[in-house]
Amino acid sequence: MKPQTKFIYLFLVPALLLLTLFVVGPMLFTFAMSLMKWEGTKVVGFAGLDNYLEVFGRREIFYPKGFERGRPPFGALVHNAIWILIHVPLSTVLGLLLAVMLRDVKGAAVIKSMIFLGMVTPMVIGGVLLRFVYDKNAGIFNEFLRIVGLGYLARTWTAYPDTALYALILGSVWIWTGFSMIVYSAGLETIPQELIEAARVDGASELAIFRYIIVPLLKPATIVVVTMSVLWVLKIFDIVYVATLGGPGGASTVLALEMYMDAFFKIPPNYGTAAAIASILTILTLGLAVYAARYMVGEIACIGTGFRAARGF
Amino acid sequence: MYRYRLQGRKRVLKRVLIHVAAWLVALVWVVPFLGVFMTSIRPYEEIVNGWWRFERFTPTLENFLYVWNYRTAPLSRAMVNSFLIAIPSTIIPIFVAALAAYVFARFSFPLRDLLFFTIVVLMSLPQQMVILPVFLLENQLGLWNTHIGLILLHSAFGLPWIILFLRNFFMTLPVELEEAAKIDGASDIEIFFRIVLPLSLPALLSIAVLQFNWVWNDFFFALIILVSPENYVVTQTIPILKGRYYIRWDHMAAASVLAMSVPLIVYAALQKYYIRGVLGGTVKG
Repeated sequence: MKPQTKFIYLFLVPALLLLTLFVVGPMLFTFAMSLMKWEGTKVVGFAGLDNYLEVFGRREIFYPKGFERGRPPFGALVHNAIWILIHVPLSTVLGLLLAVMLRDVKGAAVIKSMIFLGMVTPMVIGGVLLRFVYDKNAGIFNEFLRIVGLGYLARTWTAYPDTALYALILGSVWIWTGFSMIVYSAGLETIPQELIEAARVDGASELAIFRYIIVPLLKPATIVVVTMSVLWVLKIFDIVYVATLGGPGGASTVLALEMYMDAFFKIPPNYGTAAAIASILTILTLGLAVYAARYMVGEIACIGTGFRAARGF
Repeated sequence: MYRYRLQGRKRVLKRVLIHVAAWLVALVWVVPFLGVFMTSIRPYEEIVNGWWRFERFTPTLENFLYVWNYRTAPLSRAMVNSFLIAIPSTIIPIFVAALAAYVFARFSFPLRDLLFFTIVVLMSLPQQMVILPVFLLENQLGLWNTHIGLILLHSAFGLPWIILFLRNFFMTLPVELEEAAKIDGASDIEIFFRIVLPLSLPALLSIAVLQFNWVWNDFFFALIILVSPENYVVTQTIPILKGRYYIRWDHMAAASVLAMSVPLIVYAALQKYYIRGVLGGTVKG
C-alpha cells in the first residue's frame, strides 16, 4: 500500500466507522424494520407494506373527516403540510423584510440579536414559552387581546382543537424568523451599493428596486432559507411535545411525534409502524436533502452555502 | 428650496418611522423571554394572573433554589450532565470530521465524490430514522442510559455537516503552504496537524460553538437514551417540572432561564463565530 493510501484510510476510518454504526446502519435497519411484522418488540414475520398501509389508515396520521369539518385534527401528515404552507412563506418574507428594513437602522445589531434569540435557545424552551404566552390567565397574548378590546376571545389557545395547531405554527414562525433574517442580511451585504444607487439616480422607486434588484439577487439566500425551513418544519418535534403533546385529541400532532409515540410512549410499543412513520418522514425529506446537498457541494468558492459576503471568515 | 426642505423632512419622518417599527418588532420578539425571566424571579401568586402586573413585586430566588435542588432531577445535576455530554460531543466529532474533511478536500480516491455526496445528504436525516436501532444496539452493548451512549450518538450525528463545513473551508486554504512543507520533507500527517489545523482555528471555533449549542439544546436523543433522572440533561428536566395539578410556570421559568443561560452566554461571547457557522454550514435540525 502506498503511504498516501494508508494516510487516506487512516483519516477516513474513524468518521466512516461512527457514521456506519450510528447513522447509516441504523437508517437502513429502520427501513428494514418497517417491512417486518412485529408483535410488540418481537419480529414475527415479513409484512411487506402492511405497516405503511396501517399507518396511512390511522386517524392520527391521515384523517380526511377533518376536512369536512374544516378544523383539525386532519392527521399528522396534513398537519406537517399545513405547517410548511403557513410557516415557510411567513418566516421567509418576514425575515427578508426585517433584513432590508434593518439595513439603515441604528442599533441593528442589537435588534438582530433580539430576534435571533429564539434560534439560540433550546427548542424545548420554545415550546414552554409558547404554552406560556398562549395561557388564558398567565399568557401575554391574551392580555394583548384584552388591551385591543378582543378580551372575549381570551383563552388558552393551545388547548382547543381548532386553534392549537395554528397557535403552534405562529410560534414556530416567531422562533425561526431569526434564521431567515440572518441569512438575508448576509445576502444583502453581497449586493453592491452602487447598483442600488444607480437605480435610484435613474429614478427607480424603492419598491421597484426591491422587486427588480434586491429580490432577484437574493435568490441564493432564498433557496437556502426555504430548503432549510421546510426541512426543519418536517422534523418538528420538541415544541409540539412540550406545548401540547400533539393534543388536544391529536389536533396538533406531527409525524415525528407520532413516531415517538409508537416506539417509546405506547404500551406495548409498535416498532413496525414507528419505523414506517420514520421512513415516511425520511422519504419526504430526501428530495430536498439531495437538492440541498447538490447545492452545497457545488458551491466550493465560498464556504458552505456560498452566498455569504465574499470577505467572510 | 421649499420642495427640498419638504423632501428632507419626509426623509427624516421615514427614518423615524423605520426606527420605531424595527424596535417594536424587536420588542414583540423578546417579550416572551422577558416574561419567562420575570416569572422566574417572582412567587407563583404574583404571576399567575400576568407577570406584567406590578401591584405587588417581590423578587425572590425561591424558584431557582427549588429547581436547583428539585428532588427527582435537580438542575444542579442536570446542568453538570449537560456539560459532561455537550463538551465531548463537540470535541470528538470535530476532530474526527476534520480528518475526513481534509482527505475529501485534498486527495482523490475512488468513489470520493459519491461518498462525500452521500455524507452531505445524511445531514438532513431525521433523528427519528436512526433512534430505534441505536436504542436497541445500545441496549445490547450496555450503552443505553449512559452518557457515553448519548455522546457517541451525538458525535456520529453531527459528523455530516461538520465534514461538509470543514471540507469546504479546507478547500479555500492556499495549497502552496502545504506543498512547500511537503518539499521540506513533512509527512501528510505532520502537514495536517502542524499547518492545516492551526490555520483552521477560526473555522473550528465556529463549528464548536454551533455543535455545542446544538447538543446542549437537543431534546429528542436525550429523551430516548437517558431514562434515569440522575442522568437527565437539562432540557429533559424542564417538562417534568410542569407540576401535577396546575402548571408551575414559576418552576418551569426558573429552569428555562438556567437551561438557556449557557447557550446564550456562548452565543453572546462568540457571536461572530456563531453567525459565521450558521451562514457557512447552514443549520441542521
